[in-house]
Amino acid sequence: MNFERIKEKLSILADAAKYDVSCSSSGSKRKNTNKGLGDSSGMGICHSYTQDGRCVSLLKILLTNHCIFDCAYCVTRKSNDIKRAAFKVQEVVDLTISFYRRNYIEGLFLSSGIFKDPDYTMERLIQVARKLREEENFNGYIHLKSIPGASDELMREAGLYADRLSVNIEVPTRSGLKLLAPDKKHEDFMKPMEKVKNEIIQFKQESRLIKSTPKYAPAGQSTQMIVGATGESDRDIMYSSAFFYKKYHMKRVYYSGYVPVSDDPRLPAIGTQVPMLRENRLYQTDWLMRFYGFDIRELLNDNFRNLDLEIDPKLSWALRNRHLFPVDINRVEKQLLLRVPGIGLKSVNKIIQARKFRKLNWDHLKKIGISLNRAKFFITCDSREKEIKDYSSENLKQIIIKNSTSKYRKEITPQLSLF
Amino acid sequence: MKPTSLIYDGSFKGFLTAIFTIYEEKLEPMAINPTEEKTSGLFSENLEVITDELKARRVLNGIRKKISQIAFTRIKYAFLSELPGMELQLYKMFEYIFQSEEKVATDYSHPAVLNIAKTAKKVGREKHRMEAFVRFRLTKDDLYFAMIEPDFNVLPLIAKHFKSRYADQNWIIYDQKRKFGIYYNLKEVEFISLELPKDIGLSGANQEYFDATEIQFQKLWKKYFDSTNIKSRANTKLHVQHVPKRYWKYLSEKSPFA
Repeated sequence: MNFERIKEKLSILADAAKYDVSCSSSGSKRKNTNKGLGDSSGMGICHSYTQDGRCVSLLKILLTNHCIFDCAYCVTRKSNDIKRAAFKVQEVVDLTISFYRRNYIEGLFLSSGIFKDPDYTMERLIQVARKLREEENFNGYIHLKSIPGASDELMREAGLYADRLSVNIEVPTRSGLKLLAPDKKHEDFMKPMEKVKNEIIQFKQESRLIKSTPKYAPAGQSTQMIVGATGESDRDIMYSSAFFYKKYHMKRVYYSGYVPVSDDPRLPAIGTQVPMLRENRLYQTDWLMRFYGFDIRELLNDNFRNLDLEIDPKLSWALRNRHLFPVDINRVEKQLLLRVPGIGLKSVNKIIQARKFRKLNWDHLKKIGISLNRAKFFITCDSREKEIKDYSSENLKQIIIKNSTSKYRKEITPQLSLF
Repeated sequence: MKPTSLIYDGSFKGFLTAIFTIYEEKLEPMAINPTEEKTSGLFSENLEVITDELKARRVLNGIRKKISQIAFTRIKYAFLSELPGMELQLYKMFEYIFQSEEKVATDYSHPAVLNIAKTAKKVGREKHRMEAFVRFRLTKDDLYFAMIEPDFNVLPLIAKHFKSRYADQNWIIYDQKRKFGIYYNLKEVEFISLELPKDIGLSGANQEYFDATEIQFQKLWKKYFDSTNIKSRANTKLHVQHVPKRYWKYLSEKSPFA
């Protein structure tokens, strides 16, 4: 291995891949067989965290950053004057294995700029995955990008080696896509998603009858949307997201605050702050939709198009639905308990377990670890002391904000600094 | 009920024997401590417990009948925390479980139950961290070597994970704090004890023991780590929260070499 050359390629092609936020390495069921290398049957592991606090779980690189497309939001776009590089297939294989053996990573996340045409590119990605599985007996995690426009045959083959496939929609609306990526067609993104979805369904049916049916993308597919590059509302973004979860059975939709990489007048200027708080609120909404039983239309609708940045979306919803509260923590059914601000999934389960044994009071709730600061205004429990007063929703919101700390506080209330 | 401080050999079996002794001799335990932390209570007698396989098994069978597998794992994890006073907390949980008709191992409104659950969570987190933060370096004898210094005694808990993952390579993970390690010889995992230079786990140190290209891979990894950072999103607080500084020592991506 020529380490100097590899190091240079690695820095270029890792740098270009870092805007893809997916780092998941869980959800696969690939066991180590015949004393091979690796096992991805357990939960995902973050082996390290970048200085911006994101998980490093996979070797996330592009095969090449040469690209025939010119999407305005993308750092690898054709017209951008940057250093270009390309890995050989074997180099990626060797790097993955050497890193994996040292317990640096859970596996490989391979994406690529599109060179020549979509099928040619997709074939190269598949070659890497095939070599890893067949020549190296590698059972670690492999996440491959579905290249928009790749043929159905290649998508089928990709899923036989990869644990997860993803195609990033990037721009949540058709009009936005037209504006920023005029040479890409909306349909080109949907086609591989549709194919992967159908293959997964087919695998599930066949494997019920024939145990030895080869696995197909056991960790499912995911996608990503850029937030804050064009003028989409939170409603637009989350409605697209709900659509992808439903229509294509996505395991995850990721939201990526746009990091300005271009002087293009269609986009926020370089140096514009990354909308991290907004991104955070979108993820919270995503969780409410997937795990807390909310319908997206309850959280965002025509009257409420954008999330409240000052407070979390569950609290925001509760303040708009005061007639449902307060609820008695010792009696309320799980469905509504999940909707109480300041009580998360784990606390809900603990409360349900614990209240079988005795009536819970404030002290119990505090020890269980719920966020009383928010929750106390929406619940009653086995204590005399009550926190329910006739505050208006707006008042209540201010009280809660005043008594809480947030790392985003600076962004929310720009304080006047005198000096 | 006699107020008594019990001393046992530090093993889980020893601890279970201590529980047996408490019931058998109707003691009121003031403390249950491993041998090295011998402290004599002012108002209690000291009693040294001698580990007894049969007694331990009886307690084990008794408790397992009354709790779920998950609850039992929690007990094991909490025990491995090696935190002072944890044995007494565990005893209180055992006592509560034994005297209750119902399954009470999930009664989080009971202080000992909640305490055990929380401690087990901490140990679980440490186990998971070690599965993440072990950094193997290839030695000249074709063996992958890593050193760790975990807060809790998690080495026994992580052996299985590494065995099923690195089934085709020889490896050692050594706990420098507790002076023992686990060694996988392509067949099974065994506990070992070694005399090692103190800094052998550090990137770039004692290179004479390692494969000639080993350091290059550490540098590649560091290069990769640095290249994935997005400067405009810098969030050092979150970074340190996920990778606490006490673990940096053995992480090659945090090592000072260029």
